[in-house]
Amino acid sequence: MDKLIDKALAGDTRAIARIISLIENGDPVSDAVMRRIYPLTGRAVVIGITGSPGAGKSTLTDKVIESFRKQGKTVGIIAIDPSSPFSGGAILADRIRMQRHTGDDGVYIRSMGTRGSLGGLSRGTREAVLLLDACGKDVIVIETVGVGQSEVDIIKLADTVCVVLVPGMGDDIQIMKAGIMEIADVFAINKADKPGVDRVAAEVRLMLDLVKNRPWTPPVHLTIAENGDGVDEFAESILKHHDFIKNSPEGAKVEYRRLSSEVEDILLKNLSRRTEKIWKNHMSEELMKELAARETNPYLVAADILKKIFPHG
Amino acid sequence: MDERKIRVVVAKPGLDGHDRGAKVVARALRDAGMEVIYTGLRQTPEQIVETVLQEDADAVGISILSGAHTFYFNKIIDMLKEKDASDVIVFGGGVIPDADIPGLLEAGAGAVFGPGTPTPECVEWLEKAVAEKRSKE
Repeated sequence: MDKLIDKALAGDTRAIARIISLIENGDPVSDAVMRRIYPLTGRAVVIGITGSPGAGKSTLTDKVIESFRKQGKTVGIIAIDPSSPFSGGAILADRIRMQRHTGDDGVYIRSMGTRGSLGGLSRGTREAVLLLDACGKDVIVIETVGVGQSEVDIIKLADTVCVVLVPGMGDDIQIMKAGIMEIADVFAINKADKPGVDRVAAEVRLMLDLVKNRPWTPPVHLTIAENGDGVDEFAESILKHHDFIKNSPEGAKVEYRRLSSEVEDILLKNLSRRTEKIWKNHMSEELMKELAARETNPYLVAADILKKIFPHG
Repeated sequence: MDERKIRVVVAKPGLDGHDRGAKVVARALRDAGMEVIYTGLRQTPEQIVETVLQEDADAVGISILSGAHTFYFNKIIDMLKEKDASDVIVFGGGVIPDADIPGLLEAGAGAVFGPGTPTPECVEWLEKAVAEKRSKE
């Protein structure tokens, strides 16, 4: 395993890809890998790109890669598409829009299926980002699955969250709603050659204006990802926001919140694994019969088990 | 370990612009619980091999209708060898004359499926091939 990690850290594509698979599959070595690479992380600019299906996230990501490559930065991309709730399979096709970067040594693209995860990310996204960070990618872009209104897990991972909107998706009430509209650090109104774009931009700006004196006001960019219009300016805003986050008390708060959720997630993951084991050991034919006959109930059983695990409450 | 999914790249090398067949196969593999990475049209062998490596794919399915199958199969199989990835299963289909199939298998292709192959046949073959590959790891 150590050899594989060494190869990955030296930039070997296949080693990086293999480790991401191990993590994604919930392999027991994952935690050890993360402990080893974690000290090397924290250097990359981590960007989230989110928005509804068909808003142009992949095409915009493709152009953002180009913009960062022009500046000589290396880029890692995690592109997430939905897994089937029925078969568990997936068609991962975000990279179609980015294939021209395949073969550029400074770009690594990995597609992931959501595998039952509901917040817009996939299982293992966090770890994949940390790995790419440790392997020296300057910029990491997470393209979420196409989202609706409330899939906001991306704020737990990205320094800078970009929300991509398109004209024609509803009236100003949609823009006032809670959820995804609140998490943007930078807005892109894509397909800006379509009618209605000015209205959407005006409504977003109006919504942002309702809060005075905020430390960072999300800039609103009009983009046509298809031909690259407005993308350099959009990428510049991303870096500006990153600077802001790294050099402000506001940024420290975000960082603390993120680290706290990281610890919590790792604890939960380990606890749920253990819980499964404990329950399997505890379960018996007899107990199941008692439960079925309503002689005891799931709440009592769970309370009993908990008392054994945490005798001091 | 929770579950190790089968990851397959489905690729369209070269200039032919018709990917109905590739999409049908991609969909069948998806419905069999696999994660299918679709590259889109007009890919170079370099792009396809690099995609396989970046995606940690167990297998790559190549769809060719242009008649250039011998060139592309050989090229992709050779490049995988060069990259120390000869364990990746290469299979394919499209419009490929029966007479050319033995040559492709000889070169290292695992299977070649012609037009009209029922998709469950591909799925079953691939599941077996991946299980065998993994048992050697």
